[in-house]
Amino acid sequence: MNFPSKLIEDAVNEISRLPGIGKKTALRLVLHLLKQKENVTEDLSQALLALRKDIKYCSKCHNVSDETVCSICKGLKRDKSIICVVEDIPDVLAIENTSQYQGLYHVLGGVISPMQGIGPDELKIESLFERVRIAPDDEKVQEVILALPATMEGDTTAFYITRQLKDLGVKVSTIARGIPVGGELEYTDEVTLGRSILTRVNYSAD
Amino acid sequence: MHLKNIRLQQFKNYGKAKVQFSKEINCFVGINGSGKTNLLDAIHYLCLTKSAINPQDNFNIRHEDSFFTVFGDFDVEGKEIEIRCIVEAGKKKQLIQNGKAYDKMSEHIGLLPVVMIAPDDTSLIKDGSEERRKFFDNMLCQLDRQYLNSLVRYQHFLKQRNALLKQFADSGKWNSQLIEPYDLEIIKLSKKISEMRKVFIQEYEPLLISHYKTISDDQEQIGIRYDTHCSDADFESVFRSSAKRDYLLKRTNMGIHKDDFIFHIDEYPIKKFGSQGQQKSFVIALKLAQFMIFLSHKQTKPILLLDDIFDKLDDSRISKLMNLVADHQFGQLFITDARPERSKGILGEIDADSRFFMIENGTVTNWNQ
Ligand SMILES: [Zn+2]
Repeated sequence: MNFPSKLIEDAVNEISRLPGIGKKTALRLVLHLLKQKENVTEDLSQALLALRKDIKYCSKCHNVSDETVCSICKGLKRDKSIICVVEDIPDVLAIENTSQYQGLYHVLGGVISPMQGIGPDELKIESLFERVRIAPDDEKVQEVILALPATMEGDTTAFYITRQLKDLGVKVSTIARGIPVGGELEYTDEVTLGRSILTRVNYSAD
Repeated sequence: MHLKNIRLQQFKNYGKAKVQFSKEINCFVGINGSGKTNLLDAIHYLCLTKSAINPQDNFNIRHEDSFFTVFGDFDVEGKEIEIRCIVEAGKKKQLIQNGKAYDKMSEHIGLLPVVMIAPDDTSLIKDGSEERRKFFDNMLCQLDRQYLNSLVRYQHFLKQRNALLKQFADSGKWNSQLIEPYDLEIIKLSKKISEMRKVFIQEYEPLLISHYKTISDDQEQIGIRYDTHCSDADFESVFRSSAKRDYLLKRTNMGIHKDDFIFHIDEYPIKKFGSQGQQKSFVIALKLAQFMIFLSHKQTKPILLLDDIFDKLDDSRISKLMNLVADHQFGQLFITDARPERSKGILGEIDADSRFFMIENGTVTNWNQ
């Protein structure tokens, strides 16, 4: 792509480094900003700079946070006896959006994959065990829910965590996997369908 | 099933080519190096998503071009299936069935069975165990999706475990808790896959024996012995006791990736004791048995690719193979030959719709003199 201005070219190059944004979209965004008042661009840049500088990660669950401990961990209505383990921050948002879960979270920051050089030390795994170990009596962790991706790496990580949590005497569960709501059986891939049959649940007519 | 036509662009030595096939016999004639085998390979691409000759997709792009495409229309028991394969340098290979791109190449495996016979290629016998595992894995994957899924998982866990062993060696520290999930998966999958291989060989061996008899005049007894530790009762403890060796050698030493299939003739390994003729007959019998097992499992005759058989086989084996063709044992057939008159002579005696194509420097013309 040829640009009439070096300034536009630089801006387009920077913006197109973001995931999911190609040069064409970046150019459209840049031209859009140029049409707006100057303060629109200033506010955007300010917000991004502040985000990068001031963002914190919760010292307990490693979710993004404005303070040392995040609003979920501090929430008075949250059930402190359950921790849901997820791979990354978007997973917290996804589960929060279901409004079906009132417990706490623990963000690992990835899954174990020796080929990519990611082992337990590169992830927040030890701090999960520590959370379970040092919880005060009135906030004792009763259950850890594993909500990790249904991939080979997700399964390996879940296995590794489960083995060691068992020694700490805590119940470990994993989210159910199966046919999506509104999904047709015949279009479901055979691995998912096979697994749904093996891990079938009692039918409740309530 | 049969392939109705093929369209190539910048595949190997072809610029653009479009060929309409007979649903019975198709013969590609032309001097060596003209691109006859490349046409067989293009068909192989459509059926199995990859080359039979060069596993590196990029190497199959015509010299100085940046991409190739191979398109073909199949008729599978009355159902029309169009396959498009697109390989562009630096991009992910694309395979499209009736307009819809596959997420994973493996989903296509098994839909369009194909068997290739290249009698000169005795690497299956002479080379190491990897060639034989590939041959049987390839067959089992086309027949059984469960096998394919298990094998993909196995290979993935094996790579992860080997990467872990390297890290252990580099840091000088063994971590049994971290390696345990991989050990368990590899043990479980080794048992499962070796059982499936064992069952398969029981079905496959009789077909091999009977086709060896069809193709060869000799009276020797042949067979296959599946060589594995993975279905032994004590496999788990054997696997675990090899941990120290794994640590020292930085790779996994037990599991189905160490299995072998021993081909024997009168109870001796054919690799060492078989004559060249016996080895050729054995390779052809392996492929014919493959054809028959696909036929019985899939209820459709696989496409058969015969590379240079008139040149590489003696008259007796050729006439036995042609008896099977005349007997309509096969479905659609693709044959290459450097000598047009010879193939015309041999195939002309067979009561079937034969089409001849002259290949010259990457161009294809109908040839019916
Ligand atoms: Zn938190």
